[in-house]
Amino acid sequence: MTTKLMGTKVARVEDDRFLRGQGRYVDDVLAGPHTLHAAVLRSPHAHARIRDIDVDAVLDLDGVHAVWTYDDLDGPMAEPLPLLIPHPALTHGRTQYALANGEVNHVGEAVAFVVADDRYVAEDALDRIRVDYEVLPAVVGIDKARAAEHLVHDDVPGNVGARLEQHNGDARAAIDAAPHTLSLDLTVERSACTPLEGRGTVARWDPDSGRLQVWTSTQTSTGVRAAVAAKLGLDLGGVDVITPDVGGGFGVKINHPWPEELLVPLAAIRLGRPVKFTEDRREHFVSSAHERGQVHHVEVGFDDEGRILGLDVRFWHDHGAYTPYGLIVPIITSTQLLGPYKPGAYRVVFESLYTNTVMVTPYRGAGRPQGCFVMERTMDAIAAALGKDRAEVRSANFIQPDEFPYDQGLIFQDGRELEYDSGDYPALLEKIKALVGWDDFPARKAAAAAEGRRLGIGLACYVEGTGVGPYEGAHVHVETSGRVKVATGLTTQGQGHQTVFAQLVADVLGVPMEDVEVVTGDTRRMPYAVGTFASRAAVMSGSAVHLAALRTKEKALRIAAEALEVDEGDLELTDGVVRVKGAPESQISLGTVAVLSNPLRYAFDEASKAATQFSVGDPGKPPVAEDDEPGLEGTDFYSPERSTFASGMHAVVVETDPDTAEIKILQYAVVHDCGNLINPMIVEGQIHGGVAQGVAGALFERMAYDDSGQLLNASFMDFLMPYVTELPESIDIAHQETPSPLNPLGIKGAGEAGVIPSAAVFAAAIEDAEGLCHPGLAITAMPISPSELFELRRHHASEEDS
Amino acid sequence: MSEELHEIRLSVNGAVHELSVPARRLLSDALRHDLGLTGTHVGCEHGVCGACTILYDGAPVRACLMLAVSAVDGEITTVEGLAGPDGSLSPVQQAFRDCHGLQCGFCTPGFLTTITAGLRDNPSPSRDEARAMISGNLCRCTGYQNIVAAVERAAEL
Repeated sequence: MTTKLMGTKVARVEDDRFLRGQGRYVDDVLAGPHTLHAAVLRSPHAHARIRDIDVDAVLDLDGVHAVWTYDDLDGPMAEPLPLLIPHPALTHGRTQYALANGEVNHVGEAVAFVVADDRYVAEDALDRIRVDYEVLPAVVGIDKARAAEHLVHDDVPGNVGARLEQHNGDARAAIDAAPHTLSLDLTVERSACTPLEGRGTVARWDPDSGRLQVWTSTQTSTGVRAAVAAKLGLDLGGVDVITPDVGGGFGVKINHPWPEELLVPLAAIRLGRPVKFTEDRREHFVSSAHERGQVHHVEVGFDDEGRILGLDVRFWHDHGAYTPYGLIVPIITSTQLLGPYKPGAYRVVFESLYTNTVMVTPYRGAGRPQGCFVMERTMDAIAAALGKDRAEVRSANFIQPDEFPYDQGLIFQDGRELEYDSGDYPALLEKIKALVGWDDFPARKAAAAAEGRRLGIGLACYVEGTGVGPYEGAHVHVETSGRVKVATGLTTQGQGHQTVFAQLVADVLGVPMEDVEVVTGDTRRMPYAVGTFASRAAVMSGSAVHLAALRTKEKALRIAAEALEVDEGDLELTDGVVRVKGAPESQISLGTVAVLSNPLRYAFDEASKAATQFSVGDPGKPPVAEDDEPGLEGTDFYSPERSTFASGMHAVVVETDPDTAEIKILQYAVVHDCGNLINPMIVEGQIHGGVAQGVAGALFERMAYDDSGQLLNASFMDFLMPYVTELPESIDIAHQETPSPLNPLGIKGAGEAGVIPSAAVFAAAIEDAEGLCHPGLAITAMPISPSELFELRRHHASEEDS
Repeated sequence: MSEELHEIRLSVNGAVHELSVPARRLLSDALRHDLGLTGTHVGCEHGVCGACTILYDGAPVRACLMLAVSAVDGEITTVEGLAGPDGSLSPVQQAFRDCHGLQCGFCTPGFLTTITAGLRDNPSPSRDEARAMISGNLCRCTGYQNIVAAVERAAEL
């Protein structure tokens, strides 16, 4: 009997090739001397007009095959890159050109493109290009953008790309009528995904078949395919985009097409040779995308129990120089800020601002860490103001388990209602309190204090809309060998999709998991797909894979029933065979069912002899029925009405050094509800990784721009990505499984959960350790470094003195 | 202008390769692009991330900080050379699989080589020693907890 694999810690099928060095990442594709290599000249200025570009000195350099500037582009390639996600509120959306057209708006913007024998020669060529810039004043940071003394784009007044307001009830009136009010100003700095593998694209034009093949390190192969076809004037059917193994994404690789994703294929066509671009680390810092930077002003009115009666949030979102990804990040912030709570009334308004910095697109969490920071800081402030337990104040504001589905009365990032499908927040709170020892903490803190040690605890809650639409699909094909080939179109960046989707198919078809092979992100195998973002892969493709496998099973049972001359209902699929329940000697292998599913004229092996025209079928009927098709296959799509809402809570215990202000993590606890788990090992791995990025964003990582728009820490030497030494030795994890009613597996997304509450939870814990919680909040900006904490102490000490 | 090329011999995973490279060619590029050993990955090209770590005469070395022409005197081991002669995973490789010590797999080769050398020098590391062993390599996916577990597991195998 085949054991059910859903919910079990199945080892990953991907690992073997990765561990042997046999993964195939984009820079590994078409290795060899025939492939040419591209390099990009990037702007050294944050804001400048290009008066002239002189490439003459490149032309006599051996090994250079092409040097292009904007003037070498024509047709759609000479137009701005697509604005991928338009929104009515994005009244002043702007996107860059594949190569700068007369103006650059951030350090790192692509100015010229060189193709040469190898990357070394290509970079030699870049050194010989002379660009005459007229440097313009740079707008850096939200304050400068708001002040609008200078404009990023001449035709965007006030540097405001968009202004969006949403409300549910009359927040202003509710605040005015509330017995208690508070206002807070909160800031979250910029950070970035920083996958270990940067961007990269390889393209080959095949003149024999007239096809373009593109391998790219992306989170959406179908998106890149559509963009390449449109920009290069090719038929969609003539372009294949293949996503090879991807060395991490975390959001940044969902943006597309990058200039290089168009220039490389164009060069492959024009030069008739394969061309490769592999981004280096500095390029990734200055020419991909960042996230997070926001400033919030909160006004809140609440009652004696800490229940929020009215919440009014205004915030300013720094979207950098361009807006290809629309308003997704600030919309998510503005809606997901509410978390598990139900304020009496809510109003949120944001402005999305241009600055002369790298553009902003989603980074794991995608606007939620900022929203969570704001909401949870507000909860802490209310608790401090009322002298109440912080957990109790949260509890007073929870949506209750019997209130689902719960409509927050707002429109979410997918244009659908922000309606939570299921959850149990009070139970989560009990779990996290038990896991971290919340109720016993005062005694622990006091005992530590008696030894001169400063301990603090923090708690933060979040709700995460996962599995956004519009859809994903899957194709399941049982070969005559009995092996099962599965294809889904979204891409994989290390989440173990080949494993979890194989688990789902093996469960439905009753085949050993090792007989199931999953392909993701290859438009040749599944041309209809959206992409991997918003913790959607398991929910969307997982559901589609499950449905496609069910269709395949249905067909297998129908064919087998005919062959075995029994009723379908009497059959079961197990261990790769279809057999009669209770009479297992009466059986037929799934491979043979596949043979029978495809009526043949020509036999090619022993098994297929059984399917030729003289062996099977009723001579009185067509070999393939009118409503049927040959092959043991199933295709299906999953398209939900709206997102499913995962939830969770984090707690951390920190110790701060009384002298050096160093911040040490003593304990990190996570309770997490992503509905039914497919593979707990992989979910916990996602939580580990998310927490690591959360800790990084709370304590270490930021983008250090100077006033002229130079990114001062654009290397791994200076951008403090944590090593093992900076991260907690272990994370206590507890799961809660509140199934989603929106998909057949009852699952919710898990990819981003680990990162969302980190800034909030650390701010709370550090403040608690420092005894700075009362009367107002001390920590209002994240990340916080030991030196910043040291300054904060001095500031508070001097305030107390005065 | 053509670059001067140097005829060199690199001994990699027990096989000797003859190649002709410019003096500036990084060892990482020679391994990947000239010899097709693409298991060694390049994450930063400034020696910080450790993804390109290879063993040079058994010692972990950043292949992005070494020139191919300067790697002619030693024996190089890349991730492709870690498995046993019969193709079985080495204890470190097996432990990574057992402990879910990898996700996207990009940094993994550098961890595997580093830990292989580390466990040779210290076959029974304490928890702190296991953490110290990997403290020069960056991973963006795992949070390191399962990599530390893999070091401890490999020591048992």
